[in-house]
Amino acid sequence: MHELSIVSSVVDQVIETLNAYPGARVKEVRLRLGALSAVIEDSLQFCYGIAAEGTPLEGSVLIVKVLPIIMHCDSCNADVELPGVQSFRCPQCDTPVSDLRQGRELEIESIEIEDEEETVKS
Amino acid sequence: MTTRIVELRQGILKKNDELARDLRGRFTTAGVLVLNLVSSPGTGKTTFLERTLRDLREGGARVAALVGDLETDNDARRLAASGAPVRQINTHGICHLEAEMVSKHLDGWQLADLDYLFIENVGNLVCPSSYDLGERIRVALLSVTEGEDKPLKYPTLFNSADAAIITKIDLAEPCGFDRETALHNIHEIRPGIKIFEVSAKSGAGMAGWLQYLREQRP
Repeated sequence: MHELSIVSSVVDQVIETLNAYPGARVKEVRLRLGALSAVIEDSLQFCYGIAAEGTPLEGSVLIVKVLPIIMHCDSCNADVELPGVQSFRCPQCDTPVSDLRQGRELEIESIEIEDEEETVKS
Repeated sequence: MTTRIVELRQGILKKNDELARDLRGRFTTAGVLVLNLVSSPGTGKTTFLERTLRDLREGGARVAALVGDLETDNDARRLAASGAPVRQINTHGICHLEAEMVSKHLDGWQLADLDYLFIENVGNLVCPSSYDLGERIRVALLSVTEGEDKPLKYPTLFNSADAAIITKIDLAEPCGFDRETALHNIHEIRPGIKIFEVSAKSGAGMAGWLQYLREQRP
Protein backbone atom coordinates (compact mmCIF):
# COMPACT_ATOMS: atom_id res chain seq x y z
CA MET A 1 0.00 0.00 0.00
CA HIS A 2 2.10 2.91 1.25
CA GLU A 3 5.36 0.97 1.15
CA LEU A 4 6.51 2.78 -1.98
CA SER A 5 6.09 6.14 -0.20
CA ILE A 6 8.05 4.74 2.72
CA VAL A 7 10.99 3.46 0.66
CA SER A 8 11.02 6.63 -1.43
CA SER A 9 11.56 8.60 1.79
CA VAL A 10 14.32 6.17 2.74
CA VAL A 11 16.05 6.61 -0.62
CA ASP A 12 15.75 10.43 -0.44
CA GLN A 13 17.22 10.56 3.06
CA VAL A 14 20.09 8.23 2.21
CA ILE A 15 20.95 10.29 -0.87
CA GLU A 16 20.94 13.40 1.31
CA THR A 17 23.33 11.69 3.73
CA LEU A 18 25.62 10.74 0.85
CA ASN A 19 26.29 14.43 0.15
CA ALA A 20 28.84 14.20 2.95
CA TYR A 21 30.51 11.21 1.28
CA PRO A 22 31.06 12.09 -2.38
CA GLY A 23 31.59 9.10 -4.65
CA ALA A 24 30.40 6.61 -2.05
CA ARG A 25 28.24 3.66 -2.99
CA VAL A 26 25.64 2.18 -0.70
CA LYS A 27 25.94 -1.50 0.15
CA GLU A 28 23.36 -1.86 2.88
CA VAL A 29 20.50 0.10 4.40
CA ARG A 30 19.27 -0.97 7.83
CA LEU A 31 15.78 -0.10 9.03
CA ARG A 32 14.14 -0.51 12.43
CA LEU A 33 10.40 -1.06 12.17
CA GLY A 34 8.06 -1.48 15.10
CA ALA A 35 5.66 -4.43 15.03
CA LEU A 36 2.85 -1.86 14.95
CA SER A 37 4.28 0.15 12.07
CA ALA A 38 1.78 -1.25 9.53
CA VAL A 39 4.50 -1.92 7.01
CA ILE A 40 4.82 -5.25 5.23
CA GLU A 41 8.42 -6.32 4.71
CA ASP A 42 7.81 -8.19 1.45
CA SER A 43 6.18 -5.14 -0.13
CA LEU A 44 8.94 -2.99 1.26
CA GLN A 45 11.64 -5.16 -0.32
CA PHE A 46 9.78 -5.23 -3.64
CA CYS A 47 9.34 -1.45 -3.71
CA TYR A 48 12.91 -0.86 -2.57
CA GLY A 49 14.31 -2.33 -5.78
CA ILE A 50 12.14 0.05 -7.79
CA ALA A 51 12.90 3.14 -5.71
CA ALA A 52 16.66 2.46 -5.64
CA GLU A 53 16.97 2.07 -9.41
CA GLY A 54 19.20 4.66 -11.01
CA THR A 55 20.38 6.01 -7.63
CA PRO A 56 23.56 5.33 -5.64
CA LEU A 57 21.43 2.83 -3.69
CA GLU A 58 20.91 0.58 -6.70
CA GLY A 59 21.96 -2.97 -5.91
CA SER A 60 22.13 -2.37 -2.17
CA VAL A 61 20.56 -4.67 0.38
CA LEU A 62 17.70 -3.57 2.60
CA ILE A 63 17.84 -5.10 6.06
CA VAL A 64 14.76 -4.83 8.22
CA LYS A 65 14.81 -5.36 11.94
CA VAL A 66 11.36 -5.71 13.50
CA LEU A 67 11.02 -4.37 17.03
CA PRO A 68 8.49 -6.06 19.32
CA ILE A 69 5.80 -4.06 21.07
CA ILE A 70 6.82 -2.93 24.54
CA MET A 71 4.17 -1.53 26.86
CA HIS A 72 4.40 -0.15 30.34
CA CYS A 73 2.30 -2.12 32.81
CA ASP A 74 1.23 0.05 35.74
CA SER A 75 0.32 -2.97 37.90
CA CYS A 76 3.72 -4.63 37.48
CA ASN A 77 5.43 -1.24 37.28
CA ALA A 78 7.56 -2.63 34.47
CA ASP A 79 8.00 -2.48 30.72
CA VAL A 80 6.68 -5.69 29.21
CA GLU A 81 6.99 -7.19 25.75
CA LEU A 82 3.77 -8.29 24.04
CA PRO A 83 3.87 -11.63 22.23
CA GLY A 84 1.67 -10.31 19.41
CA VAL A 85 -0.61 -7.54 18.25
CA GLN A 86 -3.96 -9.14 19.06
CA SER A 87 -4.25 -8.27 22.71
CA PHE A 88 -2.97 -5.30 24.64
CA ARG A 89 -2.73 -6.97 28.02
CA CYS A 90 0.26 -7.48 30.24
CA PRO A 91 1.58 -11.01 29.62
CA GLN A 92 2.50 -11.26 33.33
CA CYS A 93 -0.68 -10.09 35.07
CA ASP A 94 -3.29 -9.77 32.29
CA THR A 95 -4.02 -6.10 33.04
CA PRO A 96 -4.97 -4.05 29.94
CA VAL A 97 -2.04 -1.85 28.94
CA SER A 98 -2.20 1.38 26.95
CA ASP A 99 1.14 3.06 27.56
CA LEU A 100 3.20 2.19 24.47
CA ARG A 101 6.98 2.41 24.84
CA GLN A 102 8.09 0.70 21.62
CA GLY A 103 6.43 -0.67 18.51
CA ARG A 104 5.61 2.19 16.13
CA GLU A 105 9.18 2.89 14.97
CA LEU A 106 9.79 3.66 11.32
CA GLU A 107 13.47 4.43 11.41
CA ILE A 108 16.62 4.33 9.31
CA GLU A 109 19.20 2.93 11.69
CA SER A 110 22.33 3.08 9.56
CA ILE A 111 23.82 2.61 6.12
CA GLU A 112 26.92 0.76 5.02
CA ILE A 113 28.85 2.56 2.33
CA GLU A 114 31.87 1.82 0.19
CA ASP A 115 33.99 4.87 -0.05
CA GLU A 116 36.23 4.95 -3.11
CA GLU A 117 37.76 8.32 -2.20
CA GLU A 118 39.37 6.66 0.78
CA THR A 119 40.85 3.94 -1.43
CA VAL A 120 42.62 6.51 -3.58
CA LYS A 121 44.07 8.23 -0.50
CA SER A 122 45.29 5.01 1.11
CA MET B 1 38.27 0.26 -0.77
CA THR B 2 36.91 1.31 2.61
CA THR B 3 33.62 0.07 3.90
CA ARG B 4 32.03 1.89 6.77
CA ILE B 5 28.82 2.18 8.67
CA VAL B 6 27.17 5.57 8.95
CA GLU B 7 24.67 5.79 11.81
CA LEU B 8 21.55 7.71 10.86
CA ARG B 9 18.96 6.94 13.53
CA GLN B 10 16.35 9.10 11.89
CA GLY B 11 12.64 8.74 11.29
CA ILE B 12 11.72 7.59 7.80
CA LEU B 13 8.74 9.95 7.85
CA LYS B 14 10.78 12.75 9.42
CA LYS B 15 9.56 15.35 6.94
CA ASN B 16 5.92 14.49 7.59
CA ASP B 17 6.45 14.33 11.36
CA GLU B 18 8.11 17.76 11.44
CA LEU B 19 5.38 19.31 9.35
CA ALA B 20 2.72 17.68 11.52
CA ARG B 21 4.39 19.11 14.61
CA ASP B 22 4.28 22.59 13.08
CA LEU B 23 0.63 22.14 12.19
CA ARG B 24 -0.20 20.98 15.71
CA GLY B 25 1.47 24.11 17.04
CA ARG B 26 -0.57 26.31 14.69
CA PHE B 27 -3.81 24.54 15.65
CA THR B 28 -3.10 24.90 19.36
CA THR B 29 -2.24 28.60 19.02
CA ALA B 30 -5.42 29.18 17.01
CA GLY B 31 -7.50 27.30 19.57
CA VAL B 32 -9.06 24.97 17.03
CA LEU B 33 -9.72 21.32 17.88
CA VAL B 34 -8.55 19.13 15.00
CA LEU B 35 -9.74 15.58 14.45
CA ASN B 36 -8.56 12.99 11.93
CA LEU B 37 -11.29 10.52 10.92
CA VAL B 38 -10.10 7.15 9.67
CA SER B 39 -11.97 4.04 8.53
CA SER B 40 -12.44 1.57 5.67
CA PRO B 41 -14.25 2.79 2.58
CA GLY B 42 -18.00 2.54 3.15
CA THR B 43 -18.06 2.84 6.94
CA GLY B 44 -20.04 6.05 6.68
CA LYS B 45 -17.42 8.67 7.54
CA THR B 46 -18.97 11.26 5.26
CA THR B 47 -22.55 10.74 6.46
CA PHE B 48 -21.36 10.81 10.07
CA LEU B 49 -19.37 13.96 9.42
CA GLU B 50 -22.28 15.61 7.58
CA ARG B 51 -24.42 15.07 10.67
CA THR B 52 -21.66 16.21 13.04
CA LEU B 53 -21.06 19.43 11.10
CA ARG B 54 -24.76 20.20 10.95
CA ASP B 55 -25.38 19.51 14.63
CA LEU B 56 -22.34 21.51 15.75
CA ARG B 57 -23.35 24.45 13.55
CA GLU B 58 -26.87 24.39 14.95
CA GLY B 59 -25.27 24.63 18.39
CA GLY B 60 -23.44 27.77 17.27
CA ALA B 61 -19.98 26.24 16.76
CA ARG B 62 -17.68 27.32 13.94
CA VAL B 63 -16.64 24.25 11.98
CA ALA B 64 -14.74 23.35 8.82
CA ALA B 65 -13.66 20.16 7.10
CA LEU B 66 -11.02 18.81 4.77
CA VAL B 67 -11.91 15.62 2.99
CA GLY B 68 -9.47 13.26 1.32
CA ASP B 69 -10.25 10.97 -1.59
CA LEU B 70 -8.24 9.54 -4.44
CA GLU B 71 -10.53 11.23 -6.96
CA THR B 72 -13.78 13.27 -7.22
CA ASP B 73 -15.09 16.12 -5.09
CA ASN B 74 -18.36 14.32 -4.34
CA ASP B 75 -17.71 14.19 -0.60
CA ALA B 76 -16.79 17.86 -0.36
CA ARG B 77 -20.00 18.79 -2.12
CA ARG B 78 -22.03 16.62 0.24
CA LEU B 79 -20.35 18.08 3.32
CA ALA B 80 -20.64 21.66 2.04
CA ALA B 81 -24.42 21.27 2.13
CA SER B 82 -24.08 21.65 5.91
CA GLY B 83 -23.06 25.27 5.28
CA ALA B 84 -19.56 24.73 6.70
CA PRO B 85 -16.44 25.63 4.70
CA VAL B 86 -15.17 22.39 3.14
CA ARG B 87 -12.25 21.59 0.90
CA GLN B 88 -11.56 18.44 -1.04
CA ILE B 89 -8.06 16.94 -1.14
CA ASN B 90 -7.55 14.63 -4.12
CA THR B 91 -4.56 12.39 -3.57
CA HIS B 92 -4.61 10.94 -7.12
CA GLY B 93 -3.69 7.42 -6.16
CA ILE B 94 -2.03 7.96 -2.79
CA CYS B 95 -3.82 5.83 -0.20
CA HIS B 96 -3.58 8.24 2.76
CA LEU B 97 -3.36 11.94 3.61
CA GLU B 98 -0.03 13.51 4.52
CA ALA B 99 0.67 16.59 6.60
CA GLU B 100 1.82 18.53 3.55
CA MET B 101 -1.54 18.02 1.79
CA VAL B 102 -3.35 19.29 4.87
CA SER B 103 -1.04 22.28 5.18
CA LYS B 104 -1.53 23.29 1.53
CA HIS B 105 -5.30 23.10 1.78
CA LEU B 106 -5.45 25.40 4.79
CA ASP B 107 -4.29 28.41 2.77
CA GLY B 108 -6.64 31.34 3.16
CA TRP B 109 -8.51 29.93 6.14
CA GLN B 110 -8.34 31.84 9.41
CA LEU B 111 -7.80 29.01 11.87
CA ALA B 112 -8.50 31.30 14.82
CA ASP B 113 -12.05 31.74 13.48
CA LEU B 114 -12.72 28.01 13.84
CA ASP B 115 -13.72 25.90 16.84
CA TYR B 116 -13.43 22.52 15.11
CA LEU B 117 -11.64 21.28 12.03
CA PHE B 118 -12.37 17.75 10.83
CA ILE B 119 -10.06 15.92 8.48
CA GLU B 120 -11.73 12.99 6.77
CA ASN B 121 -8.94 10.69 5.67
CA VAL B 122 -8.90 8.48 2.59
CA GLY B 123 -10.90 5.30 3.23
CA ASN B 124 -8.17 2.88 4.31
CA LEU B 125 -7.46 1.13 7.59
CA VAL B 126 -3.73 0.59 7.09
CA CYS B 127 -1.72 3.43 5.63
CA PRO B 128 -3.23 6.51 7.35
CA SER B 129 -2.03 5.17 10.71
CA SER B 130 1.60 6.04 9.92
CA TYR B 131 0.93 9.66 8.94
CA ASP B 132 0.50 12.25 11.64
CA LEU B 133 -1.59 15.16 10.32
CA GLY B 134 -1.14 17.36 13.37
CA GLU B 135 -4.51 16.33 14.76
CA ARG B 136 -5.29 16.32 18.49
CA ILE B 137 -7.71 13.43 18.25
CA ARG B 138 -7.61 10.45 15.93
CA VAL B 139 -10.98 8.83 15.47
CA ALA B 140 -11.33 5.27 14.14
CA LEU B 141 -14.74 4.38 12.73
CA LEU B 142 -16.27 0.94 12.32
CA SER B 143 -19.76 0.21 10.99
CA VAL B 144 -22.09 -2.56 12.10
CA THR B 145 -22.03 -3.87 8.52
CA GLU B 146 -18.33 -4.71 8.88
CA GLY B 147 -16.92 -7.60 10.90
CA GLU B 148 -16.69 -7.30 14.68
CA ASP B 149 -13.09 -8.51 14.36
CA LYS B 150 -11.94 -5.50 12.34
CA PRO B 151 -10.02 -4.03 15.30
CA LEU B 152 -8.11 -7.33 15.59
CA LYS B 153 -7.36 -7.34 11.87
CA TYR B 154 -6.16 -3.74 11.86
CA PRO B 155 -4.56 -3.31 15.29
CA THR B 156 -2.16 -0.58 14.22
CA LEU B 157 -4.92 1.81 13.38
CA PHE B 158 -7.20 1.02 16.31
CA ASN B 159 -4.29 1.13 18.73
CA SER B 160 -3.33 4.62 17.57
CA ALA B 161 -6.88 5.99 17.88
CA ASP B 162 -8.08 8.26 20.70
CA ALA B 163 -11.76 7.57 20.14
CA ALA B 164 -13.77 4.95 18.27
CA ILE B 165 -17.16 5.33 16.62
CA ILE B 166 -19.47 2.46 15.75
CA THR B 167 -21.64 3.75 12.90
CA LYS B 168 -24.96 2.66 11.36
CA ILE B 169 -26.32 1.23 14.61
CA ASP B 170 -29.83 1.50 13.11
CA LEU B 171 -28.74 -1.49 10.97
CA ALA B 172 -27.32 -3.52 13.85
CA GLU B 173 -30.18 -5.95 14.11
CA PRO B 174 -30.68 -6.88 10.44
CA CYS B 175 -26.89 -7.26 10.15
CA GLY B 176 -26.73 -9.57 13.16
CA PHE B 177 -24.13 -7.26 14.68
CA ASP B 178 -22.60 -8.71 17.83
CA ARG B 179 -22.19 -5.57 19.90
CA GLU B 180 -20.48 -7.15 22.91
CA THR B 181 -17.83 -8.80 20.75
CA ALA B 182 -17.15 -5.59 18.84
CA LEU B 183 -16.74 -3.57 22.05
CA HIS B 184 -14.54 -6.28 23.54
CA ASN B 185 -12.29 -6.35 20.45
CA ILE B 186 -11.87 -2.58 20.40
CA HIS B 187 -10.93 -2.57 24.10
CA GLU B 188 -8.60 -5.51 23.58
CA ILE B 189 -6.58 -3.48 21.05
CA ARG B 190 -6.95 -0.08 22.71
CA PRO B 191 -7.73 -0.44 26.41
CA GLY B 192 -9.70 2.44 27.88
CA ILE B 193 -10.62 4.05 24.54
CA LYS B 194 -13.79 6.13 24.45
CA ILE B 195 -16.39 4.44 22.20
CA PHE B 196 -19.49 6.09 20.71
CA GLU B 197 -22.28 4.08 19.09
CA VAL B 198 -24.18 6.23 16.64
CA SER B 199 -26.60 6.38 13.77
CA ALA B 200 -26.09 9.49 11.68
CA LYS B 201 -29.40 8.71 10.02
CA SER B 202 -31.60 8.62 13.11
CA GLY B 203 -29.36 10.77 15.28
CA ALA B 204 -29.07 8.07 17.94
CA GLY B 205 -25.92 8.45 20.04
CA MET B 206 -24.98 11.81 18.51
CA ALA B 207 -25.59 13.74 21.74
CA GLY B 208 -22.84 11.84 23.56
CA TRP B 209 -20.41 12.38 20.72
CA LEU B 210 -21.16 16.12 20.56
CA GLN B 211 -20.76 16.38 24.32
CA TYR B 212 -17.35 14.67 24.04
CA LEU B 213 -16.30 17.15 21.32
CA ARG B 214 -17.27 20.13 23.50
CA GLU B 215 -15.29 18.70 26.42
CA GLN B 216 -12.20 18.28 24.26
CA ARG B 217 -12.13 21.92 23.18
CA PRO B 218 -9.09 23.78 24.49
